[in-house]
Amino acid sequence: MDNYLSLFTEYNIAAAFWVNIQLTFWAALISLAIGTVLALMRISPVPSFEAIGAAYVTIFRNTPLTIIILFGVLALFNQLGFTLSPNFNENFFRMAVMGLAIYHAAFVCEAIRSGVNTVPVGQAEAARAIGLGFLPAARLIILPQAFRGAVVPLGNVLIALIKNTTVASVGSVAVEASSVMKTALEFRGDIIIPIFLTFALGFVLIVIPVGLLTTWLSRKMAVAR
Amino acid sequence: MSTEPQTGGRVADGSPVVRLANVNKHYGPLHVLKDINLEVAKGEVVVVLGPSGSGKSTLCRAINRLETIDSGEIYIDGKKLPAEGKELARLRADVGMVFQSFNLFAHKSILDNVTLGPIKVKGLPKDEARKQALVLLERVGVANQKDKLPAQLSGGQQQRVAIARALAMAPKVMLFDEPTSALDPEMINEVLDTMITLAKEGMTMIVVTHEMGFARKAADRVVFMDAGQIVEQAAPETFFTNPRSDRARDFLSKLITH
Ligand SMILES: Nc1ncnc2c1ncn2[C@@H]1O[C@H](COP(=O)(O)OP(=O)(O)OP(=O)(O)O)[C@@H](O)[C@H]1O
Ligand SMILES: [Mg+2]
Repeated sequence: MDNYLSLFTEYNIAAAFWVNIQLTFWAALISLAIGTVLALMRISPVPSFEAIGAAYVTIFRNTPLTIIILFGVLALFNQLGFTLSPNFNENFFRMAVMGLAIYHAAFVCEAIRSGVNTVPVGQAEAARAIGLGFLPAARLIILPQAFRGAVVPLGNVLIALIKNTTVASVGSVAVEASSVMKTALEFRGDIIIPIFLTFALGFVLIVIPVGLLTTWLSRKMAVAR
Repeated sequence: MSTEPQTGGRVADGSPVVRLANVNKHYGPLHVLKDINLEVAKGEVVVVLGPSGSGKSTLCRAINRLETIDSGEIYIDGKKLPAEGKELARLRADVGMVFQSFNLFAHKSILDNVTLGPIKVKGLPKDEARKQALVLLERVGVANQKDKLPAQLSGGQQQRVAIARALAMAPKVMLFDEPTSALDPEMINEVLDTMITLAKEGMTMIVVTHEMGFARKAADRVVFMDAGQIVEQAAPETFFTNPRSDRARDFLSKLITH
């Protein structure tokens, strides 16, 4: 037991998970913004916008996240010298956030679109009939209802995102949980299985409340028709 | 069988509020509006009748361009309905539309449903829009429901709110597409009464409905459509008692046996 507990003094596991939570937070915000714009493009009456939105989703939904993050670090940073921060570690963190955001935006877009499908066409027609243009109608009538109808799929994207923050390890974010786990596994061969279980449990503990919250929210926010 | 416009009881003053000239529309191979010519004068109430699939809804929806047309022109108060953009949105605000399925904004309160257009489209100050909305809700008899959500109201109440929402934009013409056919029978009259009052107050109205009582009481003219064409137009009494075309006769005989 003491053997196992020493794991927590040797490694700051809470701090490691905190990095994943921060990655999640920023990537979630940015992917929500990008995903909303993409969804707007995909439902817009302008064919070229719709095509761009569709192309984005197809490309990024079908590209492995590892490749996107490695592209940022190896191609954009190493080869082209592109940085998001003068601070070395902060730069890798931000690149990981952007990689995560760009990738998950495709899924956010599709989640919002599934929410849009829960809004009857009559809502958009009534909005147009009182003289609202596309953007005001989307902002005031369609999206508010679409988000309420998309709580569960958006929650699923968030859960995937939380777990996918571990991919930041390939992007040289060495302080996040799975990287710390790998280091711990190397040096503490005596407690390999407990280490796996500890980190797995950490993610389960973060993810479960998100699932519960979205189920509750989706009921509470459902639009009565 | 004549298709020249007749202006029933009322005298037209000046240019028509709504004018359709040689309007054609297809859905793929289906020719749903065939060379439609129609003028509706200020204050006139026109009831559009016709069998299912004859193009009544399409006609209504074309007038505020919820549907595009393939050829012809539509004028609202002398201005040609533009294809897209801001100008279209502005002209749409002049055309009130009441749908069969009410289509109240489901996530907004009754009051917000009525104030949204005036605030966001016309830029009316909030308190002014609110005052005006309360007057309108009072007029259609649902002011006491103002803080509820649409789903908490009966169908008849929702439809009356929808009428108030359209009126809040001070439209030049109101379109009604079967406003009572989704309602339980006991709620039909409360909506029809609201519409009859509106007609008496001089609102220009185009109403798709099979309620002959409404047509008799409030309409200046009945327009009978079949297979995408305007087959016959007449004052309501004339049309119901003495239809000229075989198709209208046939249609009326089926309506009565229902
Ligand atoms: N979006 C659409 N795509 C293809 N065909 C359509 C579409 N909307 C309507 N139609 C067809 O166009 C014709 C006219 O339809 P419309 O809804 O205008 O008829 P209507 O007179 O309003 O009928 P009803 O009394 O049943 O409401 C019908 O044959 C219908 O099937
Ligand atoms: Mg119809």
